[in-house]
Amino acid sequence: MAETNGSAFEQPTSFALDEESEAEIAKVVTRYPPGRQASAVIPALYIAQKQMKRQTGSVWLPVKAMDAVAARLGMAPIRVYEVTTFYFMFNTKPIGQYHLQVCTTTPCWLRGSDEVTAACRQETGIQGWGETSTDGVFTLSEVECLGACVNAPILQVDDDFYEDMDGAKVADLLAALRRGERPRAGSMIGRQTSAPEGGPTTLTTLQFAPQGTVES
Amino acid sequence: MLQDKDRIFTNLYGLHDPFLKGARSRGDWDNTAAILARGRDAIVQEMKDSGLRGRGGAGFPTGLKWSFMPKQSERPCYLVVNADESEPGTCKDRDIIRHDPHKLIEGCLVAGFAMGATAAYIYIRGEFYNESVVLQYAIDEAYEAGLIGKNACGTGYAYDVFVHRGAGAYICGEETALLESLEGKKGMPRMKPPFPAGVGLYGCPSTVNNVESIAVAPAILRRGASWFTSLGRQNNTGQKVFCISGHVNKPCNVEEELGIPLRELIDTYAGGVRGGWDNLLAVIPGGASVPLIPKSVCDDVLMDFDSLRAARSALGTAAVIVMDKSTDVIKAIARLSKFYMHESCGQCTPCREGTGWMWRVMTRMVEGRADPSEIDTLEQVTRQVEGHTICALGDAAAWPIQGLIRHFRPLMEERIASYRSRRVKSYPIAAE
Repeated sequence: MAETNGSAFEQPTSFALDEESEAEIAKVVTRYPPGRQASAVIPALYIAQKQMKRQTGSVWLPVKAMDAVAARLGMAPIRVYEVTTFYFMFNTKPIGQYHLQVCTTTPCWLRGSDEVTAACRQETGIQGWGETSTDGVFTLSEVECLGACVNAPILQVDDDFYEDMDGAKVADLLAALRRGERPRAGSMIGRQTSAPEGGPTTLTTLQFAPQGTVES
Repeated sequence: MLQDKDRIFTNLYGLHDPFLKGARSRGDWDNTAAILARGRDAIVQEMKDSGLRGRGGAGFPTGLKWSFMPKQSERPCYLVVNADESEPGTCKDRDIIRHDPHKLIEGCLVAGFAMGATAAYIYIRGEFYNESVVLQYAIDEAYEAGLIGKNACGTGYAYDVFVHRGAGAYICGEETALLESLEGKKGMPRMKPPFPAGVGLYGCPSTVNNVESIAVAPAILRRGASWFTSLGRQNNTGQKVFCISGHVNKPCNVEEELGIPLRELIDTYAGGVRGGWDNLLAVIPGGASVPLIPKSVCDDVLMDFDSLRAARSALGTAAVIVMDKSTDVIKAIARLSKFYMHESCGQCTPCREGTGWMWRVMTRMVEGRADPSEIDTLEQVTRQVEGHTICALGDAAAWPIQGLIRHFRPLMEERIASYRSRRVKSYPIAAE
């Protein structure tokens, strides 16, 4: 696990859940019945991954963090490693400041995800998937269908979906991120979410009651 | 054509307040206690009478599924809502969750009550982080207003609703893989039987339903099964959110009646096929897992479970992926093969090995770097994967390729011939 894609990185020698993480995990565990705290493993790994972001600037999970989650939830470490490596959203190596995730599955591909990919490569200098730019600002990943297909193509930056993208819009977005700005996520051509371009053609005749019922 | 007054998701596009005040103005949580007062059996019967078929892809009757839950149980029972929306082409549950979350939460209560559940877990895909924040806020509001919790809607019924975020695995949309994941394990599907209604989450009776199936339940119970059956077609009743993506002028989501002609759906709501109807090549009518249909079928096929089945495809999630004549359809399907290879959980050999094999052969088919006889080999391999795995992911990987071969075999042969004419050298034969 120490070396992936040819880029070496160091595993920290220690990791302890901080106060903020402990408080969040304590809250999450209450969602599940007593004795079923293993259910909280995915949320707890997210929490640990977020702590790494706070402490190092990179969203990832060192082995020591997985061990800390295992200890906190009373699980065998191997069970936590299994989960971490099975699910795609846990990073087992450090990533850049922004995580660019291009959906290239067929609905996005039909709408020009190749152009989005090319623009990401052009703007960041990253060639291969999963790699980080030399300045450490961007990591570029290929992802499978993001579930926003009527707003294809999608570029996901960290947790935000930037929709209806094209090459020029990618360049603008990445330039803004470099400046430390965070443009509003959603449709980049000004569409109302998943409504057709130009505005909704349904749900135009409804009057809603101010409070209470609209129909019996 | 569905009229606005019969639309359930009245805030589909998020033009209005998604939270409690706005939801109430749209009729949500209107005397929910009266619905619960009808009793479990009456609610299940009404749902059965409505003919609602599951909106997650398989189309299993929802009311019937609810009736499988034990009448008496010493163990707790659970409703698990499948919000792991990952089927390529599908983006309807996302809109329901972020724009009409209270329809889902109210649905969780009435459905959970009808099956004697103590809690609902809503398993939302990890990528929907922002949507999960909206949903959690709406749940907190519902607790605060006493709509759910220890005394839900003042009925004395104790009911909890929890959100659980996944972490990027398509397979967790399979109901038993979802349960495994919810228990804190790798999302690997379980053998059935036992079915979740007997042994589900934590070994307790559980029912897994799609977001849309649950979110339409309160409207059906308020307006009656007869209202729902008056929409759509026999055995394919009601309305459905369609997602129209790909080569149309205006991709969008829209709620329409089941049984609407595909052409009308695309022309009326999505601004038509790019370059006009005659520029249409093929449509994948129900999400990536279903076989594509060529234009000749698209001309007059109806968008419902039975009509699409008769056309040797399926309604699936009603995610309509449109491809015009500029599309390299072999490449479009090859990309789906890559998707299934990536998402196979690796538990069953035919799927783990087969999805990779199919993708590698499909990659060569895109170039034409193959022997014509390999088309038959490919078809045979899809048959060996289909039906030979614990869950339906193997089938889902097989069907798009079968659809391609069924309708575009001459194109594949042409591609191979063209490659050969350019290169006289020998070419590798399938030993992937």
